[in-house]
Amino acid sequence: MKTVFTLFLGLSASAPAFASDVVNIYSFRQPFLIQPILDDFTKQTGIKTNVVFAKKGLIERVKREGKHSKADLVLTSNFSALIQLEDLKLTQTIKSDSVNNNVPAAFRDGDGQWVALTKRVRNVYSSKERIGALPKLTYEDLADPKYKGQICTRSGKHPYNLGLVASMIAHHGEAQTKEWLEGVKANLARKPQGNDRAQVKAVKEGLCNLALGNSYYLGKMLEDKEQKGWAEAVNINFPNQVNRGSHINVSGAVITKYAKNPENALKLIEYMTDSKAQNMYASLNMEYPVKSGVELSSLVASWGSFKEDSLPLDEISKYRPLALKLIDEVKFDL
Amino acid sequence: MTNKFKLSKWQLFAWSTGLILSAPLFFLLFESLQGSSEVFSHLWDTVLWDYITNTVLLVLGVCVLSCAIALPLGWLTAYCSFPGKKQFEWALMLPLAMPTYIIAYVYTDLLDYAGPVQIALREWFGWQSPNDYWFFDIRTLPGAIVMIALVLYPYLFLIFKTALREQSFKLVQASQLMGLSPWQSFFKVSLVLSRGAIVAALALISMETMADFATVSYFAVSTLTTAVYDTWFGYYSLTAAAKISGVMLLLLFLALMAERFSRRNQSVFERQSSVNSESLYVLKGKSAWLATAFCSFILFIAFVIPIAVLINYAITYFDKAWNVEFFSYAWQSLKVAGVVSLITITLSVFVVFYQRVAKQAYPLIPGRLASTGYALPGTVLAIAVLLPLTLLENTINTALEPYNLDIGLLLTGSIFTIIIAYIVRFYAIAHGAIESSFLRISPSLDMASQSMGKSQGQTLRLVHLPLLRRGLLTAALLVFIECMKELPAALLLRPFNFESLATHVFQYVSDEQLELASISALFIVIVGFIPLYFINRSMEQRS
Repeated sequence: MKTVFTLFLGLSASAPAFASDVVNIYSFRQPFLIQPILDDFTKQTGIKTNVVFAKKGLIERVKREGKHSKADLVLTSNFSALIQLEDLKLTQTIKSDSVNNNVPAAFRDGDGQWVALTKRVRNVYSSKERIGALPKLTYEDLADPKYKGQICTRSGKHPYNLGLVASMIAHHGEAQTKEWLEGVKANLARKPQGNDRAQVKAVKEGLCNLALGNSYYLGKMLEDKEQKGWAEAVNINFPNQVNRGSHINVSGAVITKYAKNPENALKLIEYMTDSKAQNMYASLNMEYPVKSGVELSSLVASWGSFKEDSLPLDEISKYRPLALKLIDEVKFDL
Repeated sequence: MTNKFKLSKWQLFAWSTGLILSAPLFFLLFESLQGSSEVFSHLWDTVLWDYITNTVLLVLGVCVLSCAIALPLGWLTAYCSFPGKKQFEWALMLPLAMPTYIIAYVYTDLLDYAGPVQIALREWFGWQSPNDYWFFDIRTLPGAIVMIALVLYPYLFLIFKTALREQSFKLVQASQLMGLSPWQSFFKVSLVLSRGAIVAALALISMETMADFATVSYFAVSTLTTAVYDTWFGYYSLTAAAKISGVMLLLLFLALMAERFSRRNQSVFERQSSVNSESLYVLKGKSAWLATAFCSFILFIAFVIPIAVLINYAITYFDKAWNVEFFSYAWQSLKVAGVVSLITITLSVFVVFYQRVAKQAYPLIPGRLASTGYALPGTVLAIAVLLPLTLLENTINTALEPYNLDIGLLLTGSIFTIIIAYIVRFYAIAHGAIESSFLRISPSLDMASQSMGKSQGQTLRLVHLPLLRRGLLTAALLVFIECMKELPAALLLRPFNFESLATHVFQYVSDEQLELASISALFIVIVGFIPLYFINRSMEQRS
C-alpha cells in the first residue's frame, strides 16, 4: 500500500507548478489550430500558456470545479458554447478598449461576457463537374425536391448544423423549419455522417452534388496534397446572397468567473483580437477575422466577398434547444 | 472468533471497494433525480427507442461475432496442432492493442465510396455512380459490429484459451475415449466447462461495446451512448443524460441477471493439469490448412491490414507526423496504465476472495457494484468521477478556510483523477478475469489448507495466488492495454499539459486526419505489444 501511495505522490508531482506569469486555458479548439498563436503570445509577453484541449465536457468541468478552477480562459469553437458559459454565470466581464475597438459590437456580448475571435461561414459546396456554381442558392433551396438524393452533410446535431437550424427558426419560425428539415432529410444522399471534409470528398466521388460545410475546411484540404483533388472538385457557394446573407458562426473566448490570472487572460484576448493574431488566424486556419481591415489569406480572399446574416448571435442562440428538438423529431440522423 | 473477525475484515474491504468504486454512479443516478424530466420525455417520444434497439442489436451482434471468431480460435490454439499454431497463439491477441476508432477509421477510408477499393472497382468495371452497382456500406450498424468485434474478440480468445488450458486435459481425453468426435467434445465438454469464462468475457465485451463512443459516432450509428452525449452536450441536460445512463445500466443488469439465473445450479472446479506439450488433436492435410487459413484470415483483417494502412500513412505523411514528443506521451501513458493495472488487480483479488470465503448473504454484491463503472461511456464516467471528488475537495477546502489553508484542486487538478477514473472504469476487467480463474480452484483446496491450520490470508497467499498467477497476468494485461487506449475520460480529466498517446492521436482522428497522427497510433499498438509478450511467455512456460 505504501508503494502505491508513493507512486501516487510521484505521479501527482508531475502536475506543473503554477507561477503568476501564466494563463490557463480550457480549449475546445484543437492544438494545431491555436498553438502557433499561443506560442507567439508567449514570445511577445513572456506569459506562459497551459492548455487542456477537449471537444466535449469542458464547460461541465469548469462548472464542477467552481471557485477553485484553474481555468482562466475558455476558447470555444462555436457561439452556443459561449452563450452557455454566460448563462451558467461562469464568465466575467471583459473590460478593454482595445478589444472593443478590435471587435465590432455584433461579435461581442452586450455585457462584455464573451467575445468572438473568428467568423466561420456555413457554405454549400457544389460539384464543379455536375452542377456548377450556384450564386443564387439559398439554405431554403436545400429542401427543394429537385435535389432529391443529392445532398450530403454531417450529423444534424453538430454545433455547426444546429446553429444553422436555429437561424432558420429565428427567420421562419418552428413549423416552417420543421418542414424544411423534413425536406432536407428527404434529399439526403446518405445518412448524415463524417465531418465537413468527408462531405467534400463525397461530392468529388459523385455520391452527392451538394454538401454543407464550413469554408475553412476547403482551405485546409487545398493545402494537403492528398486532399487537394477533393477540394478542387467543388465550388464554394455563399447561400442567401439574394436575401438575408449567409449564416455565420464564430469561435470565441470568455474569461472565467474565478480566473486566478484575469489580467493575463485579458492580455491574451487583447492579443488574439489584434491584427497580428487575427492575421495568423486568417492565414493558418483560413477563417475570417473579426477585426475589420485585417487582410484575408489570399486563398480565402479568392472566394470573394459575401453578405452576412446580420441577426445577432444571441438572438439565434435562443432557438438552439428548439433546433435540437426538431432534429430529433424528424429523426434527421437516423 | 478469530475466523469471524477475519471474515469481517474481508467484508469491510470488499464492501468499501464496492461502494467507493460505485460512488460516481450513485452520484450520477442521484443527479438524474434532480430537476425536470422534460428532455427525457421528449427523447422518449422521439428517438430513444431507436437508440435502445440499436444498442441491443450492436451488443448482441458483437457478442455473436466475437464467439464465432474467438471460440474456434481458442480451441484450435489450445488443443490442436497445425502449421503456424505457435505464432498464431500470440499474434491473434494483437488486435487488442488497436483502439477501435483507429480500425474504424482505417476501414472507412479503405471501403468508403470515395476509398481506394471502390474507386478501383469503378475504374475496372467502368461504373459511374452509386446507382450502377451495389457495395456494402461500412458506416452502418453491421459495419460497427464488425469493427468492434475485430478489436474485442481477443478478450474472449484469451480468457477462453486460458480456461481451456486450466481445464483438466483428461476430461477431453476421456470424452474422446467415450467416442465423442472432436466437434462433440468441443460442444459437450470444452464449451460447457468454460461457460463461466465465456460469459465473463462476453460480459466484458458487452460493457465495452455499450461504452464505445468513438466508433459508433464515427459510423453515425445512434446508440444510447451517443444519446448520452447528445443530451449532455446538446440539450445541456445532465439530468436527462444521467437518466439515459440509468437505462443503459438497467439493460446491462438484466443481461447479467439472466446469465446468473441460467447457471444457478452449475459449479465447475478443475485445476489439475494443463495441456501437455503434445497437442490433443494433430490436424493433418485439409483440416490443418483450413485451421491455418482461418487464423490467418482473422489476423489479416483484424491486424495486418490496419497496421499496413497506418504504416503507409506514416511513410506518406512522415514529415508532418513525426514528433519527438511521442516518447514523453508514451511514458505518461505507460505510467498511468502500470499504476492502474496494479491497483485494480490488487483490489479485485481481495474482493473475489471475499466472495469465496464469505458466509454472509449477498457476497457477490460488492464485486458487482465495483464493476458498474465499466458500462459508463468515458466522458460520462469522467463527469461522474468529478461529482464526488469536487464535492470532497470543496468540503475539505471549506473546512480549512478558518485556518487560511487551501488545497485547491489537489485531486481533480492532478493526474490522481485520471487514475481514479481508470480504476472505476477498468476494475470490471480485472474482476471478470480473476473471478473466472478463482472459480476453477476447487474448494477442497481451501478446506485442506484450513485443516492444516492456515488462516484465510495464508490460504490466499500460499494456495490461491500461485494458482491464480496466469489469471492475474491476463487481468493485468487487459487492464493495461485498455488504459493505453482509453480516451474520453483522459481527454476531459487530464491536468494542464498532460498528453497521452491516445489523446494525442484522437485530436487528429476527430478532425479526420489520422494520417497526421499515424506514427503515434503505431506507438499505441507497439506499446501494447509489451504486455502481450510477457503474458504469452508466461503461458508458454506453464504449458
